[in-house]
Amino acid sequence: MTRPEFWQGNTACAEGALAAGCSFFGGYPITPSTEIAEHLAAKLPKKGGVFMQMEDEIASMASIIGASWAGARAMTATSGPGFSLMMENIGFAAMTETPCVVVNVQRGGPSTGQPTMSAQGDMMQVRFGSHGDYAVIALCPATVQEMYELTVKCFNLADKYRVPVFLMADETIGHMREKILIPDTVERVGRKPFVPGNPPFRAADPDLIPGFPQFGTGHHVHVTGLTHDERGYPAATSPQLHMDLVKRLVDKIENARDEMADYDVINPDAEQVFIAYGAPVRTVQQVMHDRKDPNIGFLRIRVVWPFPEKALAKFKNAKRFLIPEMNLGQIAREIERHVKVPVRSIPKLGGELHTPAELVRALEAQP
Amino acid sequence: MSFEDWYRQDRLPHIFCAGCGNGTVINCTLAAVEQMGWKQEETIFVSGIGCSSRASGYILADSLHTTHGRALAFATGVKMANKGLHVVVFTGDGDLAAIGGNHFIHACRRNIDLTVVCMNNQIYGMTGGQGSPTTPLGCLSSTTPYGCAEPPFDLCELAAAAGANYVSRWTSYHVKELEKAVKAGLETPGFSFIEALVQCPTAFGRRNKFKQVADHVEHLRSHSLLKAKRDRMIENGEQIPAGMFVVGELTRRNRPAMGVKP
Repeated sequence: MTRPEFWQGNTACAEGALAAGCSFFGGYPITPSTEIAEHLAAKLPKKGGVFMQMEDEIASMASIIGASWAGARAMTATSGPGFSLMMENIGFAAMTETPCVVVNVQRGGPSTGQPTMSAQGDMMQVRFGSHGDYAVIALCPATVQEMYELTVKCFNLADKYRVPVFLMADETIGHMREKILIPDTVERVGRKPFVPGNPPFRAADPDLIPGFPQFGTGHHVHVTGLTHDERGYPAATSPQLHMDLVKRLVDKIENARDEMADYDVINPDAEQVFIAYGAPVRTVQQVMHDRKDPNIGFLRIRVVWPFPEKALAKFKNAKRFLIPEMNLGQIAREIERHVKVPVRSIPKLGGELHTPAELVRALEAQP
Repeated sequence: MSFEDWYRQDRLPHIFCAGCGNGTVINCTLAAVEQMGWKQEETIFVSGIGCSSRASGYILADSLHTTHGRALAFATGVKMANKGLHVVVFTGDGDLAAIGGNHFIHACRRNIDLTVVCMNNQIYGMTGGQGSPTTPLGCLSSTTPYGCAEPPFDLCELAAAAGANYVSRWTSYHVKELEKAVKAGLETPGFSFIEALVQCPTAFGRRNKFKQVADHVEHLRSHSLLKAKRDRMIENGEQIPAGMFVVGELTRRNRPAMGVKP
């Protein structure tokens, strides 16, 4: 059974978090994500959860990591400037394999930029923004329905892979209202149980993910952002240990690239292929609808990181990929790494969506 | 069980320098925790970055060694997500009062049920002796080679003004008093702040005329002014001698607190 609602994207995100069992939110007000915090401030206490308005985004990120170790499904929500402040602790979460969800309702940057306008300028920052090598998972919703569903999915991926997972929304989807269908229940994938007696950071399984020794359950686990051995003890000067640890943190995500891939392939025989995620999906859909041309293909991506490179090979006849993004071609460059045919970035800055006419012009322009 | 059972024996030897005051403070803290009768599985130690913050890693309990300055924000998440846990935070003067200053005043304001033990060595020890927000005026460090020109913070006044329920200051000389103060902090619902001035022979002492560790400890002792005596002096209109600092229980009250075990 489902129940229809007419919600704003940010409301759908907050409700998705509640459905997923989020019991701790630590956040700081920032446009255009604030409605998520406001909604959870009203709803979480009534469900036995905790809402904390922290003193800044650094503290917000820290608080959800602490809450996660204490056993909570924990989330924060922010936008560009706050996202930048979170970077150090995002790296800490990656290093300590702490499940947590970070929502970034993207706005125009750099700096304070365009607080009320839409953008996708943080797509590389989410992948590489903290120092050192690591890997994360990032999802991009293109509908209010996906704001709900992908938020649930973020929690499941975070718990499964013990990694910070990002809902990389944009102001357009965050503030847009449309009809959505709310299911009675949602799937929940929990954390891998910890086997008592094992070293807490030993990852013996092929998935390279250690069981989660939650605080307060008697495992005496030491969690540190320093390079650590299987026991969790600092061992910051061993070259081999550091290499093995960082490789495992990256491999546990990269090796699962196909398993977590989430995309739609439309008209796989087409020669001209659009690729989009987030708000630009809507404009591509309009063009597809207007043209009804089997020679125009469309790859719609929901899990952007790790990038689903195998999806590109589904378009065997592709002569050109066209990538509308609300940035200067961040994911277009990633796509260029994987294909031999021309990749045409269709960048748009300023906060407005691409118009269908702009995409048609790009389609009709000679390479 | 004795307080020694709280140590993670397989992590020894520790990284603290010979003559460091931090071990004394950790001993006092664990002795106080032990007297509380708390179970290891329900006691969490959180710390930031710096010499003091390495303490959490030597304790046989769940512990979270976090990023520089942010221990209180992490601890807030731990405590609010599970109010049944006892959360003790180890920090230092640089970690707490410089990079973590904002988290410090807000944790005090929230009066969240944490006990914070600050090892104040008045210097950045881990990075080799740079001036900190508590380096006394005129003192030498690698970044104040002509003498510290900035007035220091009084961490206890800061904590009290920002709303903490319990505030105490002692030194590594006053081990019995320090242990009692930590215990009082652990017993008090809400935010408890215990500042322990410690000697740092490696980074502070050798640049500031304390060639011997004992000289520095003696300096801490002789420059401590008991709160009761300080109050008496103020009442009598006497001048507080320069270089003296107040020790004792400075604040104890019962303001509404958050995160207290129901």
